[in-house]
Amino acid sequence: MDSHDLDLDHDSVYDGLLGGDASQWAFGTDFEDPLAGVDTTIPAGVDGAVLAAYCLMLGDDALVYAHRLSEWTSNAPDLEDDIALANISLDLLGQARLLLARAAAADPSVVPVLPDGSPVPPEDALAFFRDESAFRNVRYVEAPNGDFGVTIARLLLFSTHRLALLQRLAASVDPVLAAIAAKGVKEVTYHRDYAGRWFVTLARGTEESRRRLVAGLATVWPMYAELTRCSDVEARAAEQAFGVDPATVGDEVDAVVEHVLATAGIERPDVPASGTGPLGRTGRHSEAMGRLLAEMQVVARAHPLGKW
Amino acid sequence: MTVQPEWPLYEIFVRGKRGLNHVHVGSLHAADDEMALRHARDVYTRRNEGVSIWAVRADLIVASSPDEKDPLFAPAGDKVYRHPTFYAIPDDVPHM
Amino acid sequence: MTATANADREADFERTIEHHDRIEPRDWMPEKYRATVIRQVAQHAHSEIIGMQPEGNWITRAPSLRRKAILLAKVQDEAGHGLYLYSACETLGVSRGELTDKLISGKQKYSSIFNYPTLSYADVGTIGWLVDGAAICNQVPLCRTSYGPYGRAMIRVCKEESFHQRQGYELLMTMMSGTDEQRAMVQESVDRFWWPALMMFGPPDADSPNTAQSMAWGIKRDTNDDLRQKFVDMSVPQAEALGVTLPDPELAWNEERGHHDFGQPDWDEFAAVVSGSGPCNAQRIAHRKRAHDEGAWVREAALAFAAKGTDL
Ligand SMILES: [Fe+2]
Ligand SMILES: [Fe+2]
Repeated sequence: MDSHDLDLDHDSVYDGLLGGDASQWAFGTDFEDPLAGVDTTIPAGVDGAVLAAYCLMLGDDALVYAHRLSEWTSNAPDLEDDIALANISLDLLGQARLLLARAAAADPSVVPVLPDGSPVPPEDALAFFRDESAFRNVRYVEAPNGDFGVTIARLLLFSTHRLALLQRLAASVDPVLAAIAAKGVKEVTYHRDYAGRWFVTLARGTEESRRRLVAGLATVWPMYAELTRCSDVEARAAEQAFGVDPATVGDEVDAVVEHVLATAGIERPDVPASGTGPLGRTGRHSEAMGRLLAEMQVVARAHPLGKW
Repeated sequence: MTVQPEWPLYEIFVRGKRGLNHVHVGSLHAADDEMALRHARDVYTRRNEGVSIWAVRADLIVASSPDEKDPLFAPAGDKVYRHPTFYAIPDDVPHM
Repeated sequence: MTATANADREADFERTIEHHDRIEPRDWMPEKYRATVIRQVAQHAHSEIIGMQPEGNWITRAPSLRRKAILLAKVQDEAGHGLYLYSACETLGVSRGELTDKLISGKQKYSSIFNYPTLSYADVGTIGWLVDGAAICNQVPLCRTSYGPYGRAMIRVCKEESFHQRQGYELLMTMMSGTDEQRAMVQESVDRFWWPALMMFGPPDADSPNTAQSMAWGIKRDTNDDLRQKFVDMSVPQAEALGVTLPDPELAWNEERGHHDFGQPDWDEFAAVVSGSGPCNAQRIAHRKRAHDEGAWVREAALAFAAKGTDL
């Protein structure tokens, strides 16, 4: 046996690592399409324009927040959390794509018109060629990340709220929205768990971490109220039984947040809500949004006929 | 330079699918057991790799020393009758 | 320990290497072997982690949602690669914290390629195609490296790397089928990255003092020049299929050798980049240091919380 054979022979010990039964080495498997077999026609009694507007709200929340969370990449406190935050960002980005695509299908007129021959698909036209005032996300998700304390506080409230919404939306009369929500429930359950654990850890870790977390919570708390304010679109979506009035999940969210605060030994912040009425939901954003979009859209807009 | 305390090292084992053993896939750092499980989920199952995860603190693993190799493992080395190929069975016997 | 017992262990070690068998963490090994493995694996791990930055630079500007997801997942993989490799190093008794300190203080190196800037979105494709491609050439043989934990980490890394190279090449192919501006972007990017990619295999064999010992120990499995040749031979038809020109006037098929002839990279530039005066060295290290320092309070908090032993 020459040395080459010896080498190969030896590798049989590692069978399942190199070739052989790869499943033994726990490499990944196939992925499933969340919309496989789902009927995509707009159900009777659902107004396509309202459905589109509603999907833009949920989709823009996910898109803009995914953008912010992706900024943590290569900046997180440790490698493990760098990877965890990227996972959360990827989950939300996936939700955004499905929701923007649904918006475009429900009402093609929401998609910005691009020059003839542009190969840009609707989800990208919506993400990269809409102006700031056409974005329907809450201001809450567009604010800069701040430190890890702010990030965890923001993620806790956001994911608690979104999970409550998605759980109800899984019963939406729109089968596409219901399927997107069902997939999202699994993802956001993990996001909430991640945020909740870090919240308690920071609260009860060191003096420094507690101080930063309390400051972080105070930073995001005033903006949180916006998530529970019901815009006209959300009210009509709820009427047509495909959407949820965000005010109706307020108590449930409150109870979960209360539980986490109690476990963390942290007082509910005593700070007033910022602004009144729906803000981002009607296209009125904060200063941070313009910069965020300028960065996000710069390459796509420079190449309206580009293929990526 | 003062040495900063670090999160302890955990060894991670993943069951790829039902019916298979957990296999060692690698290591990671975590402050406690729960965090180790969650980190394992993020680091080692991003591609649908697993249905079950074990996380074990590396310093809690009792390992045989290579010097004991002979007493521990040599006794099994000649028990060829434990291996199915020891038994010559004609090729035309089905389902063997 | 008697002199004979020592000689026995050494003989055991040599025999293991000779049989292309693996050395495992608790085996006896010569101090120099241990030091060499640590140096090589640490350098490799640092490269993965610093390598997140040039591409991470484009995550927030990716021009389509699909590309954004691909890029984010790819850069995330690199964090995983660094993590696997730091763990392999830790089996030899150095902690990740110590290694990070050595990276930040410049005591340990990382691949010089990551000291070049990324200036257009085409660079994401070029890095996938050429840089990950070169990395794969370097890394596949390392799946059979003599140090067990390193080899096993490399198996997982290589499995993931193949997605990296493909996504990069696919991005470039797509851009080449787009507009004239996009095609120009691709060519410009390939022009910038070709030579640095060739440098990734390290100095010519004649100037690579550690190669012989590393090969004898099975830590390294091919010489720098052999791997570089393999990479050039692989890349030429890929460049043709893509429709880009590789910026080397000396590049030509040599019938006799059965390989491509090619020009030499600027080794003075290489030496300068390795010794710290590349275009982005200071920036890359400063970024890593800032992230590490800013994360200290979080890591401490988790330790303090764990020490309290609270059950959630
Ligand atoms: Fe990598
Ligand atoms: Fe890679």
